[in-house]
Amino acid sequence: MKANCWIAPNRVAVEDVPDPQILNPRDAVVRVTSSAICGSDLHLLDGFIPAMKRGDILGHEFMGEIVELGQSARDGLRVGDRVVVGFPIACGDCISCQNGLYSVCENSNPNAAIAELAMGHSPAGIFGYSHLMGGYAGGQAQYVRVPYADVGALKIEDDLPDEKVLFLSDVLPTGYMAAEQCDIKPGDTVAIWGAGPVGQLATVSAYLLGAGRVIVIDRYPYRLRMARDKAGAETINYEETDVLDTLREMTAGRGPDACIDAVGMEGHHASAALHAYDRAKQAVKVETDRPHALREAILSCRNGGTIMAIGAYGGFIDKFPMGSFMNRSLTMRSGQAHVQRYMRPLLERIRRGEIDPSFIITHTLRLHDTPQGYDIFKNKQEDCVKVILKP
Amino acid sequence: MGVRSVTDTLGIERAAQDRGSEGLARLLGWVSLGLGVTALAGGSRVAQACGVDDSRTARMVLRAAGARELGHAAALLIPRRAGLAGWTRVAGDVLDLAATGQAMRNRRGERRRRLAYTMAALAGITAVDLYASIRATQRRRVYDGGRAYGSVTVNRTPEETYNFWHDFENLPRFMYHLESVRRTDPRRSRWTAKAPAGRSVQWEAEIIEDRPNQLIRWRSVDGARVPNGGSVRFMPAAGNRGTEVRIELEYSVPGRAMGRLAARAFGENPQQQICDDLRRFKQVIETGEIARSDGMPDGTSVRAQARQRPARPLARIA
Repeated sequence: MKANCWIAPNRVAVEDVPDPQILNPRDAVVRVTSSAICGSDLHLLDGFIPAMKRGDILGHEFMGEIVELGQSARDGLRVGDRVVVGFPIACGDCISCQNGLYSVCENSNPNAAIAELAMGHSPAGIFGYSHLMGGYAGGQAQYVRVPYADVGALKIEDDLPDEKVLFLSDVLPTGYMAAEQCDIKPGDTVAIWGAGPVGQLATVSAYLLGAGRVIVIDRYPYRLRMARDKAGAETINYEETDVLDTLREMTAGRGPDACIDAVGMEGHHASAALHAYDRAKQAVKVETDRPHALREAILSCRNGGTIMAIGAYGGFIDKFPMGSFMNRSLTMRSGQAHVQRYMRPLLERIRRGEIDPSFIITHTLRLHDTPQGYDIFKNKQEDCVKVILKP
Repeated sequence: MGVRSVTDTLGIERAAQDRGSEGLARLLGWVSLGLGVTALAGGSRVAQACGVDDSRTARMVLRAAGARELGHAAALLIPRRAGLAGWTRVAGDVLDLAATGQAMRNRRGERRRRLAYTMAALAGITAVDLYASIRATQRRRVYDGGRAYGSVTVNRTPEETYNFWHDFENLPRFMYHLESVRRTDPRRSRWTAKAPAGRSVQWEAEIIEDRPNQLIRWRSVDGARVPNGGSVRFMPAAGNRGTEVRIELEYSVPGRAMGRLAARAFGENPQQQICDDLRRFKQVIETGEIARSDGMPDGTSVRAQARQRPARPLARIA
């Protein structure tokens, strides 16, 4: 089969690889009908997530049709079922899974010992997301093996098009969880750093959960336009105005009730000097992540407010404004999305027409053109927000 | 200072810890730091005190010794465990004794008297260093000898967990170094473990203590080539968090060659292996299968981790 593989930092290529096979009784093999490139795939492309190997198949947002099933996955699933697969690989049996914390499943990472060295305890395995997260082949391919298919694969029984349900695999639950974890009260103001796919869907979700105002911060006018026109946000271009001052002004001095960092480890700063400072430290590995958005979110948030860090981080950051965070009674939440917890309720909302996440799609490419898709997406060419791939 | 041995509520001796030798090593580290700083900062006065203020070379040697002491201090104070770093001080002491002896040969009167005091002090320090290092080495040997511990929490009741373990024939499902375990009677079983070069080691084991839902202890019967034993305990984790499983393995190390064979029979590194075993045990008892990825098709194994394959499917086995 064809699959998009990581070759070296800043290089991916579509290669011929063997077809996947069932390795465990609870596995399924899925013929991919649609997949997508995620913002976090760019961290892999750029080489900021450790433990990648030449030839790793990328991609953790995908859906398709079941073509093969292990013998114990046959209870709820049949060959021929159309399914969306959540990106965290979760067993459903450990205490974390049973408490709904699927992205920290205790059993699904065969490389848990490496992850423990890096992070203290191991999170779940993730499709196509480095060997630190298990070394699982990803879904930017014609076929993919899905472990614990009975837990990870959600059957789509009606004729909703792929475009409407594909994002149940990651960015919709991720954006939704970002908003949900802010404990939004009616009328709250929520500020969101990053107008990428997660920021856009967090905006929509925040409104669904009762936010009065959502303010989105980015530097790409086309993305801010999408946030305004499609998601109903107010916007700040951080290259044009000072974010802290503007947020203070917009909220008459209070600051937003909740702040979502939907940027993560490769943030940019309006000041070229400050950006260069963090970029240089990242290059020599004094810090692995550039937390501009997180710092700004903490300083902006109202006293007693909530910070939700949903953007992906990999390692260590510097200049964390702990004094502001502690003295002002802030709360921080975080996590890779516990996708399996949100898939069903969000599918219901899509069915009822409350959310249609397909507005973020700007590019539909053939699997064959995936490397070009990474390029367009990374360099923000052609007003790119989200690339989906067809086999 | 002394060896502390902890016996737990179920009557099993827990880790014997020698806090004394660690504390002594730390103390010596601080002494090194003090000596180093003194020798470097108060050079001439120290030289005078030792009776070598008459020679440029001797003052240089003293400074070099001071710098070296800082090295000892770093080796003893920076690592989480000082371990065998005390031996660096013993080596330093030998150098110092030799240098002092050399200096005594061509000095007379007051200087010689001071050098004699220095020599006596050095001899005393050497004795302490030797004692500390030998003790640390002996403790270390006891630690590396055949014992390994591990623990894991599983989302199953103590009853389920105990029953799964009690059937020793289940063990090879998650203990990769075991080829098979066959029950020969209710208390006895025949174990086969993988050994190097495709060979195997066999022994007969018997259950010596069996408290339902709490504890199982077993040991090889007399005459086993690799005498060994182990225990596994099950305790309910507070607040319905499943069961805490704690396993201890012991194997005697009768001789060098046999010791190596024993080590192989239990894997290259028993401590690491026990951690892998427990991870796989948790996977098997909770999910019914071993977690396998394309990078790690054989499942969790710290040893295999470095040789991991790219995350892409293996060619289909015909």
